[in-house]
Amino acid sequence: MTMSPTEAIEAPRIGHDVLASARAEWFKVLAWRVGITVVGLALWETASGRLIKPFWISAPSAIWAQLYAWVESGDLWMHMRITLTETVAGFVLGAVSGIAFGLALGLNKRLAAVLDPFIIAFYSLPKIALAPLFILWFGVGLASKIVLATFVVFFLVFYNTYAGTLAVEQELVDVLRLMGATRWQIVRKVILPSVLLWIFTGMKISVPYALIGAVVGEMMASNKGLGYLIQASAGQYDTSGVFAALFVLMIIATGLHEILKQSERVMLRWKEDST
Amino acid sequence: MTPVPLIEYRDIARRFTTRRGTVTACEHVDLTVNEGEFLAIVGPSGCGKSTLLNMAAGLLQPSAGGVFYRGEKVPEPNTRVGYMTQRDTLLPWRSVEDNVAIALELRGQDRPTRLRTAHEWLHRVGLKGFENAYPAQLSGGMRRRVSMARTLAYEPETILMDEPFGALDAQLRLVMHDELLKLWAATRTTMVFVTHDLTEAITLADRVAVFSARPGRIRAIETVDLPRPRDVFRIRFDPRFGELHDRLWGYLEESVREGVMV
Repeated sequence: MTMSPTEAIEAPRIGHDVLASARAEWFKVLAWRVGITVVGLALWETASGRLIKPFWISAPSAIWAQLYAWVESGDLWMHMRITLTETVAGFVLGAVSGIAFGLALGLNKRLAAVLDPFIIAFYSLPKIALAPLFILWFGVGLASKIVLATFVVFFLVFYNTYAGTLAVEQELVDVLRLMGATRWQIVRKVILPSVLLWIFTGMKISVPYALIGAVVGEMMASNKGLGYLIQASAGQYDTSGVFAALFVLMIIATGLHEILKQSERVMLRWKEDST
Repeated sequence: MTPVPLIEYRDIARRFTTRRGTVTACEHVDLTVNEGEFLAIVGPSGCGKSTLLNMAAGLLQPSAGGVFYRGEKVPEPNTRVGYMTQRDTLLPWRSVEDNVAIALELRGQDRPTRLRTAHEWLHRVGLKGFENAYPAQLSGGMRRRVSMARTLAYEPETILMDEPFGALDAQLRLVMHDELLKLWAATRTTMVFVTHDLTEAITLADRVAVFSARPGRIRAIETVDLPRPRDVFRIRFDPRFGELHDRLWGYLEESVREGVMV
């Protein structure tokens, strides 16, 4: 049997001109981005001291100088390491427990029914409000921040994982059941792979929240970390210091997000090229 | 050769409870599918044809009456049937070959053996060279071929097909009919094929059962006396085909006029 002409696959035959125009488009976008950055920074630098007092908005050059000073003294690295440790530890612990709990509930309807009101109650609670309690329990060191970040991440990942198990297409499960699949085979071959997409979504959205958990904890009570740096700089009316710390936070958040995006691309390779 | 009954529906009914009350999908259905035959069930959409297949698969229980497989109540699920549904049920995260081989994988066959079988079937449905593609990279027609290969590859005793080619264009459907009949001729697996297209039913089947609009009941069952192998591209022009088509359309027309559920 041969392929019918009606459905010969349309292989993506991209000509050179198409590739070239795509590249040209990408360069245009890049040029705009660079342009916006340069103009924005220039306006900021110009406005500072002329239109608005540096006390309020500092200036890019001053922020740069501050960053440089922190790098020189080694302060930046130390604070960054603390915040990153808290974030990553909280993220990993929260994600692992969230996935485990989400799957357990997704695969056990009775348990899910019983725990439902408790979960809703905890889910609705602004997790950040627990920070003082955790500081009380776990002290002003790393532990309280890790616990806070874990807690925040846990709920996001748990909720997504659980929702993912509910969204598994029954038809896929039925087809495998008819093929004689055992319960465990269905879990491994249908439920886990289709939930993976949801787990990744949960993890991706929880990255910034892990950072929020760590930073908020630091701002409330600590003597290390980027949150502390922001708080301490603001306390000394050092606007450049606040901006410099924020800038570093931004870099960290973007980096973490990018790492997750890349790992998602590898794990969910089958989703590429989908129409 | 006396026909051996394989699937028997005995005075079954199925009702669904919705917010607006109870809907009767089908009632008073008596139908026997014999071993080795190709039975088509035709009816307007929403007449409960799929319900019958789901019952034979043990995925759904009748509200009244009983469904029997080889004389015994259909188990839940009935692992002796293969089911090719209207919608795509390929696992999107698996490559084409791993999709086709899945039933063999569940049976514990080692990878080289099951992939060999999968490749044979992919070759038979004209998909050589697409073993490592993912379903999302294929056209609708190609995905149907993969589904067909997957269903046939593990050789279930009975195959249920629920409007498997409903979403394809007319020409492509003919091609698929041709392939299906060729593959079926080699295996002679018992087939229950649900469709709303009378021409498709007559082209493929040994017997055609016409269903009425909801609540679905059987209006008529006719034997298709056309010799095999059939030329699916030309059989429509056979006078015997036309005669049968006219007669069956008589039953179907009433149901369609009575109002098709939209």
